[in-house]
Formats: sequence, structure tokens, C-alpha cells
Amino acid sequence: MKFLENIVHKMEPKFAKGGKLEKWHPIFESFATLAFTPAHVTSKGTHIRDGVDLKRTMIMVIVAMIPCLLFGIYNTGHWEMVAAAGDRSLDFWSNGGEKFLLGLAVVLPLIIVSYGVGLTIEFIFGMKNGHSLHEGFLVSGMLIPLIMPADVPLWMVGVATAFAVIIGKEIFGGTGMNILNVALLTRAFLFFAYPTSMSGDKVWMAGTENTAVDGFTGSTALGDLASFMSEKPVFENLAEYTNNYSFMDSLMGYIPGSIGETSVIAILIGALILIATGIGSLRIMASFTIGGYLMGLMLNGIGGNDFLMLPAHFHLVIGGFAFGAVFMATDPVTASQTATGKILYGLIGGMLAILIRVLNPAYPEGVMLAILFMNVMAPIIDHYVVQSNIKRRLKRLKTT
Amino acid sequence: MSKTIKLKKGLDIRLVGVANKVKAEVSLPKTVSIKPSDFHGMTPKMLVKEGETVKVGSIVFQDKYKESIKFASPVNGVVKAIVRGEKRKILEVLIGLTENQEVESIGAIDVNGMSGEDVKTKMLAVGLWPYMRQRPLDIVADPKNAPKAIFVSAFDSSLLAPDFDFVLHGKNKEFQAGLDVLSKLTEGKVHLTLNGKLPANSTFTDAKGVEINKIYGKHPAGNVGTQIHHIDPVNKGEFVWVVNAQDVVNIGSYFLNGFYAAKKIIAITGSEIKDPNYVEVIQGTNVSEILSGRITSDNVRVISGNVLTGDKIDQDGHLGFYSNQITVIPEGNQLKFVLTTGWMGLGFDKFSNSRLFPTFLFSKKRFRLDTNTNGEERAFVMTGELEKCSLLIFSRCN
Repeated sequence: MKFLENIVHKMEPKFAKGGKLEKWHPIFESFATLAFTPAHVTSKGTHIRDGVDLKRTMIMVIVAMIPCLLFGIYNTGHWEMVAAAGDRSLDFWSNGGEKFLLGLAVVLPLIIVSYGVGLTIEFIFGMKNGHSLHEGFLVSGMLIPLIMPADVPLWMVGVATAFAVIIGKEIFGGTGMNILNVALLTRAFLFFAYPTSMSGDKVWMAGTENTAVDGFTGSTALGDLASFMSEKPVFENLAEYTNNYSFMDSLMGYIPGSIGETSVIAILIGALILIATGIGSLRIMASFTIGGYLMGLMLNGIGGNDFLMLPAHFHLVIGGFAFGAVFMATDPVTASQTATGKILYGLIGGMLAILIRVLNPAYPEGVMLAILFMNVMAPIIDHYVVQSNIKRRLKRLKTT
Repeated sequence: MSKTIKLKKGLDIRLVGVANKVKAEVSLPKTVSIKPSDFHGMTPKMLVKEGETVKVGSIVFQDKYKESIKFASPVNGVVKAIVRGEKRKILEVLIGLTENQEVESIGAIDVNGMSGEDVKTKMLAVGLWPYMRQRPLDIVADPKNAPKAIFVSAFDSSLLAPDFDFVLHGKNKEFQAGLDVLSKLTEGKVHLTLNGKLPANSTFTDAKGVEINKIYGKHPAGNVGTQIHHIDPVNKGEFVWVVNAQDVVNIGSYFLNGFYAAKKIIAITGSEIKDPNYVEVIQGTNVSEILSGRITSDNVRVISGNVLTGDKIDQDGHLGFYSNQITVIPEGNQLKFVLTTGWMGLGFDKFSNSRLFPTFLFSKKRFRLDTNTNGEERAFVMTGELEKCSLLIFSRCN
């Protein structure tokens, strides 16, 4: 490694202040610090520091996403084959290699576009503000493809990523300063800017346009459920729905949907990694799930139509609920920061997610909206948690 | 009423270089120093000039704005230099020791017959007052304030900290005399807080006229701030005073023996120290005699105090006024390659409060940590690591 170290030392003066390539120093620094933790030492206060840095934290989140990514790639391939054959009864685990490659051909460009656009913008802002690349986007860049429908046009992903990184993050000051979750903002931008190509049943499977069977639709479980609220539901009743999409299928992820969100098992593996390493807040994950489940039960109690009567546990395994609870709601930057706040934040977020999903058929993906809304509310929740402690302390003053 | 406090959180970082319970002898230093920066927010007003002779207990400078607070010389000697920094700020007063270090005693003083005000005046006049510190703000206590309580912590839970049970062994008389003085200074209680996990020395358990509390937990359970928070929290407009356990002995011995004996036993610790142990030194001593021949590597940082709150000093620098230990750890001013010792390495030598390095599995392993920041400047990303080691209650869920 002496060899690499020498290169870094040799190049450093060129990028240093007054050097020829001074302007490019942030980019040089980004790569140099990727290879070598810099020789910075503590100067004031505490003399030793925790071994962990943002790079290590973020790489662990990416590791936690790998099961979702792999399953997502395979699932995308599977549904592309289904669409081509026009036959939904295709065996999920046969032709594995082929499906994986098919899926890879869809997902890999999405990842490249997301990272390419996002990192370019981050570098430009880094150069402008004179700081090296901050690691936050390493996670966002991977989350974005995972919450995209398979058939979304790449240019849209590019535009949406640019919007989310600039408006959602950089104007607030970059990593650690954003108010809204960057990845969800990308999805929300697409959702509202290009509603015709982001909803309906065209986008969820790659290759529906080449289907062998006329009238084959790439509808998803959530879309079909939402149609219960309309005049022409896809299924006649709930029993027919559960025949088509059983609880087990949804749990395992053998259903169409956004790339990374379908398999609850893969998401749970990610959740375990996040909880074991302590990056993801168990409080938020648990309270979000409980909130969603409670709202499902409540809606069951109200009843009225088949969507409202959907058993509450189904809500937890379809759509983006599990993915949102584990990877989106727990974002340490945009979630509530206080321990009590986290529980409230998760609980309200989970309830809102199911409420929006069920009662507003135009937005079946209520999880996205609920988490974005809670991101905005998080500082207020924290404010009241802090206030309650101040009140408690004031009480102490009065009694003594 | 004495309290027992059990705390689950906190963080004990296990460093290499705990001091063995052996007391070594060191020769007298050539110089001692008094650093005004040790006393937060204090502006000194010099009362001696360079070249002037001082004796043990003679006043060197006073607080410019609270003139009754005076700072005494711990040795017989000559004021060698008044080191000034930017804007002529006084950084330290260096006193060169003379051969004759004998002190005159004015005879024992009976505290019991004195009023609180008399005790205060006496302590202020002879330079014992800087031992008294005030919370909030951790400044030298303002003699005009009436503290609602005085806190003494009987143990130090910080990293590689000296064991007060060993340091104060056999000083029962002086410690008790010190506590008697303290109890004159407040209408409220004097709280002495012991470590619940270990049996304490009789110096502490036999203490009379004080509230003996017990606290269980990891660092910062031994910090007096944590103890105040749980025993008698400070409300707006209230003050408490805190005194270091060794300083209680110094106060006590003045009243018992009648002279200012500014001595303390400090721990020489850290991974870069050969045979870490204890030595008895004079307050503000030059550390070069103590450290000579004992530092095992070249690139080190010498810290007066512990690695969390201490001050960086030179290898021939001087001990801080309130420091009870010297820690020597390696400097981390070298690049760390990503896959070996950097952020993607296995990290078996890295300490982390999070579980992102495998070392959280080894509950006994001791670490040789350096001063590298382990990363660049970034915004805070709150993954709950800070709450884990705070022992203060900020909300009901904490």
C-alpha cells in the first residue's frame, strides 16, 4: 500500500491551495479519502474518537440492501418473462439464471443512471462549496432504483434524481441537512410529474408491450386492491383476490411491484442487519409496523367494501410498506431524533400510510406520502418531546 | 437521606495502560507552573513579578474580577517566567524550585470553633479556594454564592483513571478534616458518592457528617455532574460546589498541619508508557522527570488528565491544576489504508460504541487507540450512539 500512499502524496501538492488543479481538490480529496482515512488528529476536547465514520455506516446500509437488490433483480426478470408469455402461472424458481440476467438488464441501467446523475451533482456542489463528496448519496443512489417500477424510462429517473438531490438535499446543505428523504422525493417527483407513466398497470413489469397475449396487464396486488374502491374492480370479492395473491406469495415476494419492495423476507434480512449494527432504529421499524397494523384493524372495524375488509396483516406485506418501514422511515437524518419522538413518528407514519393507501384510491402507494409527511413533521414531534422534558424540569423547580 | 442510583447506560472504553497499584518515587521537578487556563473563565491579575522569590503558599495571582480568589505557589522558588500569548494573555506562570523546600507551619486550626464565613475567609486568603468549583459552568466557586450542596465524588470512572481508594489509602484523618471544612461552607448537605460496584476504602466509608450515596454504572457515573443530576439537580438560580477527592485531602491537611501542601498522587497511564504506575508529585509539576525514559515510542501525545477531558501538553510540559493523571497515547497522524486499518477493514483493533466493528463482541479486549479522527468532518447523522452513553435523563424514553 506504500505504492498507493506515494501516489496520493505525490498528487497532493497539485491539488492543494495555489496548485495547478486547486479547483478539483474536492474530487481529489473524495477519492483520496476513499482509499485512505486522512491523517487528521484531534486538536481540542476529546483526544480519541470512535472508530466509525459515515463511510462505514453508509456501506453497512448498502450491505443491508443487497438481499432486496438481488431478489429484486430476479423478480424483475421473472415478471418480464411472465409478461412476454402472458401467463401469470409461470413457476417462480425455474429458469433462474435467465431470469436473473433479464432482470439485471433492467435494474443495472437504473442503478447506473441513479448514481451517475446523483454523484455528478454532488461533485459539482462539492467543488462549488469546497468540500469532498459526502457519503449520504451512496445510500440514496441505491435506494432509488429499488423503489422504481421496472419499466420506468431511464431519463425520468435521471430527471427525478437531479430534482431530489438539488431541491431536496443540496439547497439545504447536503448530507445530514436534508428535511425530506432523498430517495422518496425522487419517487414522489416521478409520481406527480409523470402520473400517466407512473401509475396504472403498465409500468410494473418490464416488457408488457411485447406480450404474447392480448389483454395481458401488468397489474400489481396493490393496484388490484385499489380497484375495489372504483366502480369496476379487477376482482369480484376479497376471496378471489387472496386466491390470486396469497399472503405467502406477498411475504416471499412472488408478486410484481417496485424492484426492491416485493420480498418481505429479503427486507427482513436487511432489517436484521440494520438492527444488529444499530444503524436502523428498531423503535421506528416496530412502531411503524404496529401503526400500520392498528390502522388496518380499525379499517376492518369500519368495513364497507372489500379493500377496507382486507385483513390487517396483508397490509404489512403488500406494496412498499415493509420497505418503507425498514429503509425509508428509519433514515436517521429525516426521522425524529428523540427516543420518544421516534415511537410517535413511526406510529403516526404507519397509520397514515395505510389510511392513505385504503381511503384514497388515486394514491395506493400511501407509504411514500406518509413518510414524506412525517419527515416534515419530525422536527415538530421532537420539539414537543423536548418541551415535555422542560416542563418536567420546571415542575421540579416548583416543588422544591 | 443517602441515595443508591443504578444506571444501565454509559460507556467504558477499555484502553491499554492501566496504572499498576505501585507508588514510585520521582525526584523534585525543576519547575512547576500555574496555568490560568485551568480555571475556566478566570482572568488573572499578577501579584508577583518575574524574578521575585515566592514561598509555599504565597499568593502568585488573583482573579481580576473576583479579587478575593487567590492562587498560591505550591513550592519555594523564584518566578522564572510569566509566559504570555496573543494579546498578552497570561498562559502560565513558571516557578523555578530552590534547594530549600522546607515549609513553616502556623499550627493546626480547629475548624469546629469557626463559623462558615471564617473558614471561607481563611481558605480564600491562603489560596485554598481554587479547589472549590461551582456548577453550573465549572468555574472556581464564587465566594458570594451560597451553594445548596457540595459534591465530592469518591471515584473516577473515566479512562485509565486513578483509583482513589488506592490514592487516598490511609488518609482518613485528612479526608475527614477536609469534609468538616466543606460542611462549614454550605447550609445544605455534603454529598460523597461511592462506586456501588466495588467495596470502597475506609477513607470514604468511615466519613462522617456527609451523605454517602452509591452509584452503579459505567462512565460517566463517576463524574460529579452525573451524580448531581441524579442526587440533587441544579435548578435555575441555584449553585452547587464540587471538590475533587484529592483536593479535599489537601484542604484537610492544611487545617490539620497548618501549611499549604499542594501534593497529589497521580497515575501515569496510557498505552505508550512502560510499567504504568502512580507517583506523588507537586501540583503543576513539570512532567519531564516523571516521563523520562518511560515513553515507548516516538510519535506520542502527552495528556494532562484523561483522554476524554484532558489537555494536550508537551513532553516537558506541566501538569494541570485539577489533573489526577497523565495519559500518553500514540498520535494518529498517518494515513490509514481503507482495507487494512481504514473504514472498510475488518477492524479488530478499532473501538466503536456502535456495532459496526466486530470488537463489540470482545467484552474484555483492551484497545490501543490513537488520536486520529477516523474520518473527516461531516454533519451529525444521529444513529443513537450519543444517547447510549449519556447518563442524564432528557426524556422519559431515554
